[in-house]
Amino acid sequence: MKINQGPIYSYSIAIVVAIIFVSFLLALFEIPIFETYKLLLTGSLGSTTKFGDTLMVGVPVIIASASLVITFKAGLWNIGVEGQIIAGAVAASFVARELQLPTGILLPVMILVGAFGGAFWGLLVGLLKVKGGVNEIFGGLGLNFVATGLVVYLIIGPWSRKGIASTSGTEPFHQNAWFPTLEGFRLSPLAVALSFLVVFIVIYVFSRTQFGLKLRAIGLNTHSSYRFGIPTSKYLLIAFMLGGSVAGLAGVTQVASIHHRLVPSISGGYGYLGILVVLLAGYRPSLVIPIAFFFSMIAIGSIQWQLRLGLHSSLGGVFQGTLVLSVILISAMRLIQQKRNKYSKVGD
Amino acid sequence: MNPETLAIVVSYATPLVFAVIGETITEKSGVVNLSLDGSMLLSAMTAFAVSFTTGNFVLGLIAGGLISSNLALIVAFSSIRLRLNQIAVGIVLTLLATKLSAFLGQDFVRKPGPSVKDLHIPILGDIPVIGPILFEQNLLVYSSYILIGVSYWFIFYTRHGLNLQSIGERPEAAYARGIDVNKLRYFYTALGGFLVGLGGAAFSLDVKLGWSDGHIINFGWIALAIVIFGGWHPVRAALGCYLFAVLQLFALKLQPVLPQLSQVLPIIPFPLMIMTLLFINHRKIQHLVLKNNGFGRFISGRAPSSLGESFQRL
Repeated sequence: MKINQGPIYSYSIAIVVAIIFVSFLLALFEIPIFETYKLLLTGSLGSTTKFGDTLMVGVPVIIASASLVITFKAGLWNIGVEGQIIAGAVAASFVARELQLPTGILLPVMILVGAFGGAFWGLLVGLLKVKGGVNEIFGGLGLNFVATGLVVYLIIGPWSRKGIASTSGTEPFHQNAWFPTLEGFRLSPLAVALSFLVVFIVIYVFSRTQFGLKLRAIGLNTHSSYRFGIPTSKYLLIAFMLGGSVAGLAGVTQVASIHHRLVPSISGGYGYLGILVVLLAGYRPSLVIPIAFFFSMIAIGSIQWQLRLGLHSSLGGVFQGTLVLSVILISAMRLIQQKRNKYSKVGD
Repeated sequence: MNPETLAIVVSYATPLVFAVIGETITEKSGVVNLSLDGSMLLSAMTAFAVSFTTGNFVLGLIAGGLISSNLALIVAFSSIRLRLNQIAVGIVLTLLATKLSAFLGQDFVRKPGPSVKDLHIPILGDIPVIGPILFEQNLLVYSSYILIGVSYWFIFYTRHGLNLQSIGERPEAAYARGIDVNKLRYFYTALGGFLVGLGGAAFSLDVKLGWSDGHIINFGWIALAIVIFGGWHPVRAALGCYLFAVLQLFALKLQPVLPQLSQVLPIIPFPLMIMTLLFINHRKIQHLVLKNNGFGRFISGRAPSSLGESFQRL
């Protein structure tokens, strides 16, 4: 692989900018700066258990990001990823609640049905765009809230716990519907394997298959692709369904390996976090796992910040947001600079 | 519904009226500021913090407007100068500003603070029925009436408003006529952002007093939905805000009777937004309202043609 100097340079500057900004905030609140950063590293990587937790938090982020790469490559702003995660979680919860099966059969069924749920929700956004002319950003956003409404309705309505009308969540699932974990860990090898598998499939599809090539062509120029003979509407719908099914898997891991029941905030905002990861990765699927892992380090580290230093839990999010904002701004500035230099040389 | 309830509806809708008209102006110029959910939170927090510290709510309102205006300028700058996608920058800013509001506002959580005082308007307030509904309110509410009228008049009946529409519809043509497209886009994005910030501030200083984590989360997305429901027309958008406030109040009243329905009602703006988009993109509707008169404009609600696209002169 050729090492491109450009992006690495931008990334380094952006990390420095983000660190300076966060340090400034820390100084503002009179918090020891050095200790805070040390705790970020020890809190997320300090022991095997902590490393396992970090890996585990990364699972839904990795899957959501993989889903977003599919739709981004096709030139789509799939803000609806949150709704698709929720739809997957609801579908998997339905299976877990209704079917009495041994784990070996139940989990694959949950995974499959969850993927279908996400694909269905993705297809809705796609149909609205392709058939109804509704931009996928607003169609997706609207359906996110509809999905949230559906979950709340299920939790306080048909799936409510007996005798309690509360919005805290459904009855926990039967143990058969839980992803198995390692002894003494929260880490579920199955969930981690699933997330890695999804990323490898996405990498394969976009680097080795004609289907992936066509999707990328559509993403780069829909009109030319159509003229070239690619049935663009069909491909866009497929991209939404594929992206949705992958997002649905994130929902499955949320209910089956984290919460073990349906809760109102089941998506955990991982869809939006996935958007940050994919923007930071510059839509490259190969960078999804390391960046998602780095983001979970910040997420786990900020829990430690809260426990040990009493810092507000939002600081981790501030760090992530600043990082992404500075990466995209600095990369764009460099790009403009390079173009200007090129043109000025032509002028000579 | 009695006058008191309707008066509550009017006051409840006021912050959204500011935000929605602000975003409508920004989008009329061709820029999408998708950071509303974050910028409203950050401005609500800033406004409360400033009023709490200084004891002066006017300073709070200004601070809230300015912070949101600056976030909007980041969107404009990255789109105009850096040619970045407005959607990308908007989403990142939303998430960043949301977290930033929680972090910076941690010392102000659940503290009692100053609020905007009610102000009775002498003659108008004494009109039966309408008086108590519209004119037993505070300064913010009265300003929102003025904003609705002025923005409508400005956009559709002044030369500056025509320029504003032209840079959002046909920036090349506007440029050819000697309009500095990007300068105006900076200006209207900042102006729209300021109004959005006033909307956020109006929440924490009036409608939803005080500050807490995620105090008014999702109201920014609701505002964005109402901009579309309002068809980029300030009066229709304002009506959308009042409709939403009615639904919210309805949900509140239903709480004891039908808890399930009342929990789901707040999402109504989003299906309505999707329906609106389906409606305005329908071929027959488009044909029907090709006539560009006041009524057609009100019903069709077409998005500005160059919305979200950056303009570079050749």
